Amino acid sequence: MTPLALWTAFQTIVLREIRRFTRIWPQTLLPPAVTMTLYFIIFGSLIGSRIGDMGGFDYMQFIVPGLIMMAVITNSYSNVVSSFFSMKFQRSIEELLVSPVPNWTILAGYVVGGMARGLMIGLIVTLLSLAFTRLSIHNLPMVVVTVFLTSALFSLGGFINAMLATKFDDVSIVPTFVLTPLTYLGGVFYSIDLLPDVWQGVSLANPILYMVNGFRYGILGVSDVNPFVSLGMIVIFIVLLTAIALRMLARGKGIRH
Amino acid sequence: MTYALEIEGLEKRYGDGFQALKGIDLHVREGDFFALLGPNGAGKSTTLGIVSSLVNKSGGTVRVFGNDIDTNLSAAKLNLGVVPQEFNFNQFEKVFDIVTTQAGYYGIPLKQARVSAEKYLKKLGLWDKRDTPSRMLSGGMKRRLMIARALVHEPRLLILDEPTAGVDIELRRSMWQFLEEINRNGTTIILTTHYLEEAEALCRNIAIIDHGEIIRHTSKRELLQQLSVETFVLDTETPLESVPELPGFQCVINGDGALEVDVAKGQGLNALFVELEGKGIKVISMRTKANRLEELFVRMVEDNARVSGATGEVRV
Repeated sequence: MTPLALWTAFQTIVLREIRRFTRIWPQTLLPPAVTMTLYFIIFGSLIGSRIGDMGGFDYMQFIVPGLIMMAVITNSYSNVVSSFFSMKFQRSIEELLVSPVPNWTILAGYVVGGMARGLMIGLIVTLLSLAFTRLSIHNLPMVVVTVFLTSALFSLGGFINAMLATKFDDVSIVPTFVLTPLTYLGGVFYSIDLLPDVWQGVSLANPILYMVNGFRYGILGVSDVNPFVSLGMIVIFIVLLTAIALRMLARGKGIRH
Repeated sequence: MTYALEIEGLEKRYGDGFQALKGIDLHVREGDFFALLGPNGAGKSTTLGIVSSLVNKSGGTVRVFGNDIDTNLSAAKLNLGVVPQEFNFNQFEKVFDIVTTQAGYYGIPLKQARVSAEKYLKKLGLWDKRDTPSRMLSGGMKRRLMIARALVHEPRLLILDEPTAGVDIELRRSMWQFLEEINRNGTTIILTTHYLEEAEALCRNIAIIDHGEIIRHTSKRELLQQLSVETFVLDTETPLESVPELPGFQCVINGDGALEVDVAKGQGLNALFVELEGKGIKVISMRTKANRLEELFVRMVEDNARVSGATGEVRV
């Protein structure tokens, strides 16, 4: 395929993904907006006012970056895992497999589609947070790079999950039993300085901690870990998951007999 | 001579050890209308699945218009359109979106894709349904949608796996006309079908596959010449009370009261009518008892089962 044809194919996949999640907006865009608003009200306004400062900021300001990141992570992942698995289930993935689109373009299309939803939700949550607190951005490039890379990483994760999934249960196992606990324990609601030494060490093994803190550094200028270590971790995971996803596509894992 | 499809030594062994294809060879010329026939589980869909990249092969080579799928997959796919046996489009997407999206996968810009989608949706009688979610279509419409989708990038080779399964006779005939038209316009067509009448009506060349092996690969004309006896069913003006004696012909009266006559190859029908005229029997209509190709197909597959010692239940 010519570069122009590849670009058209890539665009087609991305636009198809955007069309999908906007068509079913009550299932995709509305729930995170409602959930995050509840977090802001309950944890930020009601409970947060009794907690006091955290990391030098009032509690509401402290949790906003974590909640934005949580929404980005969850939605990037869910978009790709549900869309790609649904294509496998309906066998419409065959439309792509018979076409000349190379594997890397298929992967890029799905990842960017997942990023589109993750970033759109991130923006919605950010706008909602402005109704509860004032946000000043400490380091804009850090914010942008961290949020883009994190949504790319979790879109890749969703893609691999969808490749491996053979039934609908497999699609929800990772988000429910892996992603959610890691996100909640990834410093969204607290600074790991509050934890005993042992648990601080355990927390440092959680990759989501680095993403939440990298993003928090970009917005508030405070972080439990070195923000450049955070970026490095995200890049390493992206390279690793890209290699795994491309290998699975080349072998036709779960999509070719 | 240009070949649309060249398959050499194609093998497929599944993970459980089952060998679906045992090194088959198949050559389909450009412009041909070709049928790949075989009983259930013979290896038809596996063969077409490998050609269309939905199944990984275990050995052998496949070339589409000279493009090897191992070394030049992208070019091979650009020449190929596939209509699968099962519905495989997104049930929630609209008809027009399904076709234009497929064009996009082939690198066709949206503006051009819309023109092409309109052309084929109109030809296949689906233009009025362009904004309908695909799940709302009838079975026949869904089949036509898959044909429109497969043609939107104007492939030189169209593969159809059971394209008229579950389609009523009227619609089947109109699909035949459409396929004949695109074949006349230069598209090579390969189809598998359980309706052997369909293969006999449409195809020029035929391969029969059984237990993962090609047991016959020839022209339809040559194949049909192998029929030694053909049975004709004659409806007579007045019901026959007893089986007439027609020298040189074997005949019986069937359950519907019609006369069934076996006519050997080379015997000719004129002799039969002379005999009938002589007995004062007036024939008001005549038809062949079984589809000729079907008769041959069943015989070949059963012979193959006997030779290979397999228990060959033939379902067509």
